[in-house]
Amino acid sequence: MSQSKERAAIKVLIAKPGLDGHDVGAKLVGRALAEAGMTVCYSGLKRSPEQIAERAAAEGVDVVGLSIMSGAHLPLAQGALSALQARGLSHLPLVVGGVIPEKDREPLLALGVAAVFPVGTPFEEIVKAIEGLVGDAKGGRTAR
Amino acid sequence: MSKDKSDVSRVVWESGLEVKPVYGPAELEASGGYGRVGVPGEHPYTRGIHPTMYRGRPWTMRQYSGFGTAEETRERFLFLIKNGQTGLNVAFDLPTQNGYDSDHPMAQGEVGRVGMAVDTLADMEIAFDGIDLAKISTSLTINGSAVPIMAMYFAMAKKRGYALKDLRGTAQNDILKEFIGRGTWIFPVDDSVRLVGDTMEFCAKQAPKYSPVSVCGYHVRESGANPAQEMAYGLAIACAYLEHVMARGLSVDEVAPGLSFNFDIHGNIWEQVAKFRAGRRLFATIMKDRYGAKDPRSMQLRMIAGGGGGGLTVQQPENNIMRGAYYALISALSGTQTMALCCFDEAYTIPSERAAKLSLRTMQILMTEMGLCDTVDPLGGSWFVESMTNEMERQIQQILATLEGGAGIVAAVREGRVQAEVNRGAWERERKIESGEVKKVGVNCFVEEEEQRDVALHPYREEEAARQVQRLKRIRETRDAAAVERTLAELRKVAAAKQNVMPATIDAVEAYATVGELCGVLREVYGEFKEPVGSWR
Repeated sequence: MSQSKERAAIKVLIAKPGLDGHDVGAKLVGRALAEAGMTVCYSGLKRSPEQIAERAAAEGVDVVGLSIMSGAHLPLAQGALSALQARGLSHLPLVVGGVIPEKDREPLLALGVAAVFPVGTPFEEIVKAIEGLVGDAKGGRTAR
Repeated sequence: MSKDKSDVSRVVWESGLEVKPVYGPAELEASGGYGRVGVPGEHPYTRGIHPTMYRGRPWTMRQYSGFGTAEETRERFLFLIKNGQTGLNVAFDLPTQNGYDSDHPMAQGEVGRVGMAVDTLADMEIAFDGIDLAKISTSLTINGSAVPIMAMYFAMAKKRGYALKDLRGTAQNDILKEFIGRGTWIFPVDDSVRLVGDTMEFCAKQAPKYSPVSVCGYHVRESGANPAQEMAYGLAIACAYLEHVMARGLSVDEVAPGLSFNFDIHGNIWEQVAKFRAGRRLFATIMKDRYGAKDPRSMQLRMIAGGGGGGLTVQQPENNIMRGAYYALISALSGTQTMALCCFDEAYTIPSERAAKLSLRTMQILMTEMGLCDTVDPLGGSWFVESMTNEMERQIQQILATLEGGAGIVAAVREGRVQAEVNRGAWERERKIESGEVKKVGVNCFVEEEEQRDVALHPYREEEAARQVQRLKRIRETRDAAAVERTLAELRKVAAAKQNVMPATIDAVEAYATVGELCGVLREVYGEFKEPVGSWR
């Protein structure tokens, strides 16, 4: 399988939870993932955890990415994880990007977040990490 | 990067204007000459809106601040005033900005986080307790829920004995830019514009010294627009509000003096200078020629500038102190009326006292030590600056022509066309930073490998959020329930009839109706904005 075909199989939901309206970063990351061959859906602003889980289920995505600039990443990530679990989607990797202080990386991972991408993370790194996570989640499919 | 050799020496600004290596009389003549430069304080105000500018009236210093409860925010206000700040600029938390009470499910984890939590008039009373509203003017950074928040500020002022007719201050209240970037919209586009119109009409009649709208090119720029687009969209948005209220029968001279602007600074220094000079001239021309303004105040583009969050970096955060100082210099050279700088730690956190004071001191040093107030428009008359002002003016005009007046931008926002345009711009800029075509120190050049990012984070205090919810509950229990019900019913009636909602809103906030209740009534009547998500890329 060619690399681009393998990437096209990955479907991502980029979501804006909470009330923060700053979506430049979410859209940029979404676009970078799409340019890397992934299929990307964007939730729009101010989505509740339930709406995010519902969209993830409806679209059949492989990974959910939350973009959070307000500082409320811990409660919002917890909310999204619970909503995914309630829909039987706890196998979906949830990644978080935005204004995330280094000190909150471990607590996010401890909640069950699969990866954290603070502002300034190169797109290439995000693409690779998502490929790796989806490969793991789908049972050892290797992606490079 | 494969580049044609002849391109190497080309300099092209973000707005698309090409810069020559040397300017002289011939270049200026070719660009349109000195003809429209004029005199400071006179139409078309290229050189500034006042005859003596900072000699007579130094810029106001107004750092954006607010967090937690009204008590905590008031402490920061007093700290800034004690250190010489001359105005206030209030940050509200996201539930307040989106029209939810602090105990709403969507407010969870957000109460008091990015700004001050406001549920009722009580919070406004606490925040400004002991601050002389006649001496310290206040800017309210509020948009989607501007109607209840402005009503609370007015009610608080009235209660303290200030007459509305003398009250000075500004509300951001530019909802069209919220649909383009920033995102604190609540109601559909046309209803939102009508609410802005209500505040403009109310202020024109009851609070003529208060600026009900500060049109923000700033956030359009932050969302991806280039400087020429920033100015063009800003001017088009101003025209949209103006045309809306003029259709109610108000004259341009009754409402235009209440318009002010908020612009971004980051980027090329000369491009910003040209943007402001050209923007001032175009605004004056449009107000006079298109709308028939006669009052000079209707033609004067007044602005706050100095911020430029998009230019700051998380890498090597102390570099942002220097960036802030340069942005302040550019604003002063561009004739701003009010200055607010982004703090160096703001890419990480709510600014610390230390960072906020550094921003304030930066402005004070510029004002007192550097001679920025010595003479008016020191860059005026430069062959280069005047040539680029002429070219920038044409560039902005071309963009304006594509929007076809005020109604054009409202339609373009409703359909997501402006959003798509700025999203494209953000992506292109990001690609240029990635490729190294646009250089950012600490990001793609002069990068430090093992960087120490030593920024103290503002603590988020859960107990303050709990205290806010307690206060809200206490007020709901102790207020006159019948008065709240009556005034909310009245608001529902006038909103449904598309009459001006400001008087009914003031009555309701005086009865301690909450932000969530007031916006809830308006949500029932108008519905909510449906984001055109398809335009995200």
